[in-house]
Amino acid sequence: MNRKTRVALWLALAACGGSANAADLSLNVEIPQLPVAEYHRPYVAVWIEGADQTIAANLAVWYQLRGDHTKWLPDLRQWWRRGGRDLKVPVDGLTGATRPVGQHLLKFDAAQAPLSALKPGKYTVVVEAVREVGGREAVRIPFEWPIKKAQSASAKGSTELGAVALSLNP
Amino acid sequence: MKTSLLVALSALLIPAVSEAARPWLLPSQTVLARSGGWVAVDAAMADDLFSVNQGAMPVDTLIVSGPDGQPVAPQNVTKSRSRSTFDLELRQAGTYRIAVADDAVMARWEEDGKPKRWRGTPAEMATGIPASATKLEVEQTQRRVETFVSVGTPTEVKATAGTGIELAPTRHPNDLYARETAKFRFLLDGKPAKDLDVEVIAGGTRYRDAPGEMTFKTDKNGEVAITWPAPGMYWLEVSVQDEGATAPGVKKRRASYAGTFEVLTQ
Repeated sequence: MNRKTRVALWLALAACGGSANAADLSLNVEIPQLPVAEYHRPYVAVWIEGADQTIAANLAVWYQLRGDHTKWLPDLRQWWRRGGRDLKVPVDGLTGATRPVGQHLLKFDAAQAPLSALKPGKYTVVVEAVREVGGREAVRIPFEWPIKKAQSASAKGSTELGAVALSLNP
Repeated sequence: MKTSLLVALSALLIPAVSEAARPWLLPSQTVLARSGGWVAVDAAMADDLFSVNQGAMPVDTLIVSGPDGQPVAPQNVTKSRSRSTFDLELRQAGTYRIAVADDAVMARWEEDGKPKRWRGTPAEMATGIPASATKLEVEQTQRRVETFVSVGTPTEVKATAGTGIELAPTRHPNDLYARETAKFRFLLDGKPAKDLDVEVIAGGTRYRDAPGEMTFKTDKNGEVAITWPAPGMYWLEVSVQDEGATAPGVKKRRASYAGTFEVLTQ
């Protein structure tokens, strides 16, 4: 291999972004459109639950940022109980504004926090949503860690959440 | 083109009327055996029924009418951060109507390019809204929040105001039992309030995942037939937006009725 080819190959690899090889966990969360008179975007918490039901990793927390609306975070009942109450919000890269109706894709690199801290074992992804003057719902998808082969699983909410799809890429 | 689309979009995003928390009155009891007793009433604005977790409802316009139609003075009236409370001494047998009724005008306009807001009674409009106001938007709001308490045999509940939405029940609001159907009749400005949406929600929303609201539509007589699924305290709301304002120079009107009713075991 001459020098020119080597550089070209190196450039081609770099173009792939390097991350093409990294394992990742992605989650698609659907916030459904609801036929209600008074609609507010839901508060949503997404986390990874260990076999002992404690929070192994928080993935996302969406709540109303404008004004002091953290007082409604305990309405995310299970997230709050399992550890939300110990968290001091806002948290960079975790908390964010409420999301509109539609599909929301979350992607996490297995080699980076918070996934890099996961020990091998059985886990569950939990998505919990609660809406002002509306209802509450939690959807769960079990999976195993670390990612050995490409895998996908999904679950469907019936009231506050639509389809939730988990995909694991080694 | 692009700008007009943006304007149209932002108009969709901003609700015409900001949603306020649910207003309610919660009596400590609704059925008493003998006269001479007391009831305590909480007044709050909170979406969780009936949790005192959002804000107090002012009771400046509280009117309690006794069985003889005469006003009964509330006692120990207190406004705390999260609720207002008062006691009622029930000296006579019969039904007491406990009502907080407001008739207000809300105005929004621009003055020197700055947005201004005002809320007051229709009579105060002349002094509250400057003549120089531009982009003036006014709306009249007629709100009625009620509950009922009866000593002994309930006596007839009559609608007497003739403005806004009122309850003129066919079944007495202190004679409600689980799994029975009660007919409620609503009046708008004293006439049958037809084709209005009625929402009924059982208390204890904090302990349910589903909001569990029941919705009805009033018929041509302004009536709805509600079958109560289980005992408990229920919150009912009816509202309408129309052009029936009575304040001078105002067209838009929003009238609402919110009632708290206790349903007893079968």
